[in-house]
Amino acid sequence: MREVGIVSFAQSSALRERRNEVEILLPVAKEAVEASGMKRQEIGFTCSGSSDFLQGQAFAFVMGLDAVGAWPPVVESHVEMDGAFALYEAWVKIQTGEVDSALVYSFGKTSPGDLAEVLALQLDPYCVTQLWPDADSVAALQARLFMARAGLEERDLAEVAVRSRRAASDNSHAIVKGESDVETLLAEPCRSSPLRAHDCPANGDGATAMVIATGDRARALCDRPVWIRGFEHRIDAPALGVRDLTRAPSAQAAARAAGVHDDKLDFAELDAPYTHQELILRESMELPEDLEVNPSGGSLCTRVLFSCGLTRVGEAASRIASGAGDRALAHTTQGHCLQQNLAVVLEGE
Amino acid sequence: MSDAPEPITSIITPVRLEYDFTAGAAATMFLRGLAQRKIIGARSRPGEPVMVPPRGADPRTAELTLEAVEVSDQGTVVSYSIVRVPSDNIPFELPYVCINVLLDGAGLAFFHVLQECPLDEVRLGMRVKAHWAPDDQLDTSVTSIEYFEPLDEPDVPFEEIREHT
Repeated sequence: MREVGIVSFAQSSALRERRNEVEILLPVAKEAVEASGMKRQEIGFTCSGSSDFLQGQAFAFVMGLDAVGAWPPVVESHVEMDGAFALYEAWVKIQTGEVDSALVYSFGKTSPGDLAEVLALQLDPYCVTQLWPDADSVAALQARLFMARAGLEERDLAEVAVRSRRAASDNSHAIVKGESDVETLLAEPCRSSPLRAHDCPANGDGATAMVIATGDRARALCDRPVWIRGFEHRIDAPALGVRDLTRAPSAQAAARAAGVHDDKLDFAELDAPYTHQELILRESMELPEDLEVNPSGGSLCTRVLFSCGLTRVGEAASRIASGAGDRALAHTTQGHCLQQNLAVVLEGE
Repeated sequence: MSDAPEPITSIITPVRLEYDFTAGAAATMFLRGLAQRKIIGARSRPGEPVMVPPRGADPRTAELTLEAVEVSDQGTVVSYSIVRVPSDNIPFELPYVCINVLLDGAGLAFFHVLQECPLDEVRLGMRVKAHWAPDDQLDTSVTSIEYFEPLDEPDVPFEEIREHT
């Protein structure tokens, strides 16, 4: 395995935007490239993650390239996935020996469309999409089943929200943050029973970018490169009726394969857009009960679809780079009810 | 088993999604200009090419293009294609010609339709100008230009437009 380090990371404010995707992405990509210490033209590979369904425009991802500069021509690829999966592709590309560095970026602007309808297209087109279930309601089915199996109450979910919002207080990019208490949250009406607004992600528009490079290159570029020590993703069946929604076997398999349990973790950044999903992930990924999860506030407090997974990796890397930990797990999910899961193990120098 | 129902071989599942298109800062300038019979591009700084239509960035340098620059509504055909396939949202009679026109003052070719020109006379380097919609039909849309039409001027030599063809 070639040693690959994260040398820079940047993210946008995640606020609802009147700028277009290129205008949102450009400053973020520029910040990541400049912070890397490399010139744009020196970076060997460019890989992005986004979804044309958010813009409602075929090949919208191609326009994203305007924001990173495609002249002289660049070696480039795109995944219709979260940017964390683009990071995986870039990491594989580096492993093949073809390149020594990569710019990875992602963007998601969900405000132009009706997100509930757009996400319904990820469901089984024959028997489910036609019912147009909104994503919060699909998640609510999972929450109800999980609470029944694990013997949890709505209060247990609210506690996840209170802790996440408190953690997000120091995160300048967070949409929802600050002190709250369980009683006040539980007094609010249900959005989709048993989920209330605080159980569901705070959606925003934004972009994330990251530069990675191989061993000595990374060491030369930054004081404390954060190394990618393990990187795996797995997938479960997409149809809601064919799997136990209270568990995430693909998250478990990805975590084990990435070597999450080979050594002690200092913290984890989990892409859990719903409160109950953090609890499912903790259990499925076999994380210690006292492990600090989502010191950034996580995707519950700030979700930029197709970007929040890469942001989890970036937040974890930034925290390690600053010395606030040596080994962390970053996770990304995709699809409904934790269908696909990616785990990356990060370590400081 | 003779009373078994016929197997279902196909189903129709209509899908329709609606979006509020976000033009962004640069394209907003361009679209507002069209409603006033102006073609407004954008560049990152003086001396750099003017993007028309502007999408927000100069794709060569990855710089934001926030400086508005008005360009001419006359230009040169740098590529074209003859369309023989009908499309619901195209009001022109088949066959018609799509052109990429390099407007005078612009650094990027602009896509539109050519009319009032026999098919066999369309050529690279030919000069054309915008045919604007009547005042009451001007809008923040490229439909403010109904089409481009030939301009009675000598062709531009190929060498001068090679980069854009």
